[in-house]
Amino acid sequence: MNKFWTVLSHTYMTRLKSKAFIITTLIVLLFIVALANLPSIIDTFTGKDGADQIAVIDESNELLEVLSESVAELDESIDLIPFKGTEEEGKEAVREEEFSGFLVLYLDEQKLPAATYYENSAVSSWLEMMIQQQLQQIKVETAMKQAGVDEVTFAAIQEDVTFEKIALDEAAKTDEELDQTRGIVYIMLFVLYMAVVVYGQMIATDVATEKSSRVMEILISSASPVTHMFAKIIGIALLGLTQIVLIFIVGYNLILTKSQEFTGDFFEVFGFDTISLNIYFYAILFFILGYLLYATIAAMLGSLVSRVEDVQYLLMPMIFLVMIAFFIAIFGLGMPEAKFITITSFIPFFSPMIMFLRVGMLDVPVWQVITSIGLLVMTIVLLAILGARIYKGGVLMYGASRSLKDFKKAFMLSKKN
Amino acid sequence: MSLSLSNVTKKFGEHTAVNQLNLEIPNQELFGFLGGNGAGKTTTFRMILGLIDQTEGNITWNGERINYDQSHLIGYLPEERGLYPKLRVKEQLLYLGKLRGMTKQEALVQLNKWLERFRVESYLNKRVEELSKGNQQKIQFISSVIHQPKLLILDEPFSGLDPINVEMMKDAVLDLTEEGTTIVFSSHQMDDVEQMCENVCILREGNAVVKGNLKDIKKTFGRKNLHINADFNLDFIEEMDGVLNYKKYNNGCKLQIANEQISQTILAQIQQKGFIRKFELEEPSLHDIFIEKVGEQYE
Repeated sequence: MNKFWTVLSHTYMTRLKSKAFIITTLIVLLFIVALANLPSIIDTFTGKDGADQIAVIDESNELLEVLSESVAELDESIDLIPFKGTEEEGKEAVREEEFSGFLVLYLDEQKLPAATYYENSAVSSWLEMMIQQQLQQIKVETAMKQAGVDEVTFAAIQEDVTFEKIALDEAAKTDEELDQTRGIVYIMLFVLYMAVVVYGQMIATDVATEKSSRVMEILISSASPVTHMFAKIIGIALLGLTQIVLIFIVGYNLILTKSQEFTGDFFEVFGFDTISLNIYFYAILFFILGYLLYATIAAMLGSLVSRVEDVQYLLMPMIFLVMIAFFIAIFGLGMPEAKFITITSFIPFFSPMIMFLRVGMLDVPVWQVITSIGLLVMTIVLLAILGARIYKGGVLMYGASRSLKDFKKAFMLSKKN
Repeated sequence: MSLSLSNVTKKFGEHTAVNQLNLEIPNQELFGFLGGNGAGKTTTFRMILGLIDQTEGNITWNGERINYDQSHLIGYLPEERGLYPKLRVKEQLLYLGKLRGMTKQEALVQLNKWLERFRVESYLNKRVEELSKGNQQKIQFISSVIHQPKLLILDEPFSGLDPINVEMMKDAVLDLTEEGTTIVFSSHQMDDVEQMCENVCILREGNAVVKGNLKDIKKTFGRKNLHINADFNLDFIEEMDGVLNYKKYNNGCKLQIANEQISQTILAQIQQKGFIRKFELEEPSLHDIFIEKVGEQYE
């Protein structure tokens, strides 16, 4: 146990102090800071203090007021400003970018609202669509009035149909809950994917470095390969945890200081306040199991190469496996009840992501969850046993290791005959 | 109390790396392990350390199979030298010392002692990759003895060192033996082994072709070397019975004879012929034995 800690703390500390780690962490943190400040950064570049000003000539003398009101209701940053000049002057002003757009409002032959809109670009902008929509609304209202529809009737027409969905399965999740769990599932999938790719690589590289610098033979004559391998896996896991916690703290504080509404949205979308503890428990459980599964494979693969450059090559199949799991999971977010998803949620290499997705989105029978976890744990144990043997043989094996044949060779080397 | 190998065989697939090896190495002994490249020395060491399992046979140390619980009693200098290139000497040795069960304080004391002994104190905070190969090897050697092991396995400890450093390291090895460490070491340098070891074993393709007490080996080897310097032509000796490996030099010759007695026959023959400046009968060197037994030239 003592040696386990020695290897673990050595792995953790040397990585933590390494320039590569410090620099990548800083870059990620900078990225987060930039992301949180994205709206203000965009504003700085567009240079309009957030407000879009549109020059308006109202030939009808009644439309502007109504339109301004309904636009303001939706977005306060759009200013409709009465324009005093001629139409030509208005177009010129848009060309010189004094205004984002130039709108001419008038009533057509049927006394219904109509408009001409000038903007520099031909691409239909969000502004254009917004104004068109609002004007459409005013047109409907005016037309109704002209047809003699009174306001009460009109309001009734406008109102949404009464439509209520009731899930008969009592345990089924409501739409609201689903949206919220979807957020958590997204985060978990993404973090697990990143963890496997980034930290899996770190483990494999670490092992390959020790092997290529030939220090490995001393290491495994001091501590057993199994101790060494797992100390390394856990050491890197702690390193990852440090990084994630750091990112989380910075991110959380930024969100808090940034703006109140932002926080509200964020927490609602990802449903941090209402979801049952169950989901968190499963998220952590499946994350740990998923990490252990892939980290063991990574350590095993790392022990097979004798040059650090070959790590990428040998890790490829593993990365593909995670990618497949990730894409199935993303697909499954849309239709968690598909047969395909049910089946893959039992396959150990996919189950950490997909069973978690099902647990989050559906009401999965307990036996299914237990079976899936059981299979996963069994696979991890098997891989650990196999991995330890391969590791033991692999670290003594030098030469061009680039094929899966080396698995067999390494396995044979650690065997009695 | 000893390191004992009985009927140890290691097969890699069809290839037999070590074949039915029997060795008994008493504690506190400095044991020389010889053999050509690929003879099975490193494989034997790895089996002793438990890094790979033998196909057949038993290896015990003080009656027990070596396992990781004893790793603080065992030191190992692998043939493939390796240290963390990016780590500083101090961090490196502390880590490797701790892995052998030392506390940081103990490791620091030993570390300073050894760095001083090898005159490399100034490298304490240097990265290993900045050191010369010879100095790296000193650090590597320290890493294998820092925890004061009872059993030390040195796989070609002196290769790649200059003569001064070889002497420095030989002294260290001899001192460790004095202090009671059992040392098994392999080398291609026959002189080193001859100087230092009482007992040796020569491996050839996995078989122990020679083993035992060095003096006995030399005695039973039978052959002796004969140096003769004389003022007349000695070529006729080559044709005599029992003369092997005759080599002619400027003013004499060097030859091997099948047994001591033949020297007297030769002496009788040449006494009449003229002035003899040198007639010397000497024990065969380990080098001669090695070449005879392994059949190829090394060094």
